[in-house]
Amino acid sequence: MAAKEPDLIQLLLQEFSQQTKFMGAKAGNEYYLEVSKEALPEVSSYLVKHLRASLATMIGNDERSINGSFRLYYYFAVEYEEIFIVLTSAINPVEPAFPSITPLVPSAQWYEREVQDMFGLKPVGHPDPRRLVLHHDWPQGTHPLRKDFNLDSLEKLPSSDYPFGEIDGTGPFYVPVGPIHAGIIEPGHFRFSVAGETILNLEARLFYAHRGVEKLAEGGSLEAGLNLAERVCGTCAFSHSVSFCQAIERAANVQIPERALFVRTILLEMERLYNHIGDVGNICAGVGLALGTSHGNRIKEAILQLNQDLTGSRFLRGINAMGGLKKDISDQQLAALKTKLEQLAGDFTDLAEILLEHDSLIQRLRGTGRLSLVAVEDLGVVGPSARASGCIKDWRKVFPHGVYGQLEFEVAGETSGDVLARLKVRVNEVKTSFDLIFQLVSQIPAGAIVQPVGELVPYQAALGWSESARGNNLHWVMIGPGNNIFRYRIRSASYCNWPAVPLAVQGDIIPDFPLINKSFELCYACTDR
Amino acid sequence: MLGILMKSWRVGIVTRNQQAKNRKFGRSWHIRHVDCGSCNGCDWEMNALLNPIYDLQRYGLDFVASPRHADILMVTGSVTKHLQVALKKTFDATPAPKIVIALGDCASNGGIFKDSYATLGGVDKVIPVSIKIPGCPPSPQEILDVLLAQLQKKVV
Repeated sequence: MAAKEPDLIQLLLQEFSQQTKFMGAKAGNEYYLEVSKEALPEVSSYLVKHLRASLATMIGNDERSINGSFRLYYYFAVEYEEIFIVLTSAINPVEPAFPSITPLVPSAQWYEREVQDMFGLKPVGHPDPRRLVLHHDWPQGTHPLRKDFNLDSLEKLPSSDYPFGEIDGTGPFYVPVGPIHAGIIEPGHFRFSVAGETILNLEARLFYAHRGVEKLAEGGSLEAGLNLAERVCGTCAFSHSVSFCQAIERAANVQIPERALFVRTILLEMERLYNHIGDVGNICAGVGLALGTSHGNRIKEAILQLNQDLTGSRFLRGINAMGGLKKDISDQQLAALKTKLEQLAGDFTDLAEILLEHDSLIQRLRGTGRLSLVAVEDLGVVGPSARASGCIKDWRKVFPHGVYGQLEFEVAGETSGDVLARLKVRVNEVKTSFDLIFQLVSQIPAGAIVQPVGELVPYQAALGWSESARGNNLHWVMIGPGNNIFRYRIRSASYCNWPAVPLAVQGDIIPDFPLINKSFELCYACTDR
Repeated sequence: MLGILMKSWRVGIVTRNQQAKNRKFGRSWHIRHVDCGSCNGCDWEMNALLNPIYDLQRYGLDFVASPRHADILMVTGSVTKHLQVALKKTFDATPAPKIVIALGDCASNGGIFKDSYATLGGVDKVIPVSIKIPGCPPSPQEILDVLLAQLQKKVV
C-alpha cells in the first residue's frame, strides 16, 4: 500500500483544480476526490484515457440521514500504483440526476442504470436508460435501496412488456429463449435476432434471480452480512466471503494472522480448481464430447469432496471469519490434501492433453465466440475472459490479497479471444492453482488463526476484493451505527462480463451459443443478487 | 412455421388427466429443474447427480429439457418476484400427475432471502409442494437418498 499520496493525485488536482477537492486516503490505498457532479464525465474520462485507470466498481448510497444528500462513488483502479482513485459526488435529493459518464467510459453502463433503478438517480445522457435490475413490471417510483423504501406498497405488480431492441428488414426473425432453460441452468432470457442460423444480435435480459441481497444486509450485523456474502453465489462463495471480510478488515485496519491468510489463499485456489475443471468439462458438453464432460465432472466432484473434508462444506462456506478463520485446518489434513491433489493434477494433465490434441474439438472451438481486446477494455471485462483476449490482468498480481504477493506464479494469457483461448487460459490456470497449493502447503506457518475485529466507527467504508475463478469480486461495505451494516455493495466478476457475451456471439450461429456461453461461464446469481 | 406455433398454442395440453388420482408412478421418473432464484449452490449439486459418481440415470431417473416431459419439478431458490410467473407457467405446463420437490432451504421455506422485498418466500407460496429437501445446499447423496426412498414408496 502507498505510504504518501502518489504524484498521480497531485497531477489530477492540478488538472482539475476548480472541480475537485482531495478528501484524503482511506483504508491505505483508496484516495477520495470530491468532484462536482457536472465534472464527473470529464474527470472520469481523463482518468481512463490519460492515467490508464479502469472503472472497478461504482456505488450509489442514500446518505440523506447523514448529510442530506445521495452520494455516488466511482472506484477507479490504478493498477501500476496499486491504488484506487475514488471520485465521489453528492447528489441533491431536490434534483435527483447526474451527468452520465457512460458515453465517455462505456464500462459504467450497467452501474449507472442500476443506480437509476435502486435510488431513482437519473444518469442524464445515458445511451440506454432502460431499467436493468428491476423489471418493467415494478411500479414507477420504486427504488429499493432508498432508506425510506416501503415494502408494503409493492404487493401488486402490474405487468408490462420489456422493450427489446428490434432488427428491421425481410428475413430476420427472433428466437426467444428462457428464463427457464432446457438444462440445469440459472434463469435468464435471451432474445436472438437471426438471419437463418446466423446471430445478428443477442439481447440478454437478466436479473430474474434478483433477491435484494444488498438491501437485506442493511441494518443487520456484520456476521449476518458474512452469511449473506457466502450465499451471493454458490460457486464463488469463498471468494465472496473473502471480499466481504477484507472490506471489514480494511475498514477496521486489522492485520489478520499469517496462517489465516495462507489458509484463505489455499481455499481460494481450491475454489478456482473445481470451477475451472468443471468448466473445461462443460465446454466439452457444449460440443457433445462426453469423455471430456465425464472426466471434468469426476475430477470436480473429487475436489468438492476434498472441500467437504477440509471445511465441512463442499462450497467452502462457514470457515471464513472477519479477522481470519472460524476454524483451522490441521497440518495432517493439509498433507493429505497435497497427496490427493498430486493424483488429481496428473489426471487433469492427461485430460487436458487429450482435449487439446482432439482435432474435431479444436475445430469447433477455434474462431468461435471471438471477443476483441477493444471490447474487453471498453466494457471492463475481467478474469479469464479478459485474459483470453489479451488483457493479461489478474488481481492476484495487480492487487495482491491473501499471500499471493509472496508466491511465484505466471499469469495465463491468450490473444485470440475465442472459445479455444478461454479453454486454454483455464487449463493453464488449473496447472498454476495446483502448483500454488503445493507451494502454500509447504510454506504455511503455525500460529493464531483469528484477530478479532472490534467495534467500528460509524460511516467508515472500505473496499474488499479477491480474484475468483470468474474474475475479481469487489465488495464495498459502509458501517452504520451499532456496528451494523449501513450499505453493502456487491460487484461480481460476472456483472462485468455479461455485457460482453452478446458481442462475442455476433456472427456466430445459434447452435454455438451454448458453447460460447459456457466458455464465459458466467453466474446469474451473483450478477442479479 | 408460425402456423405450427399457433396450432400448438390453441391445442394446449392434451395429455390425459382423468385417471391421475389412481395412477402410480412407475420406476422411472423424469425430472425438470426450475431455478426460481437460487444462489446456484443447489443447482450445481443437482447437476452433480449426473456426474459419474452419482450417475442418477442408472436408477431410471433423468433430467428432461421440457416440463411437458416431466413427472417431477425440482425447484431451487426462494421465489423471486421476477420468476413467479415463469414458475407458475412451468407448473401448468407439466402434465398431471406431477410432484413438486422443493430443493434446499430457500425453496423449502424462503431460507436466508425470505424477508427481502424481491422474493415471495418458499416455493409453496406459488405452487403446491409435495416433498421438501432441506440443506444449504443438500449434498448430491442426500438428494439421491430422498429420490430413491420416494421411488420405493411409489407415491401419488
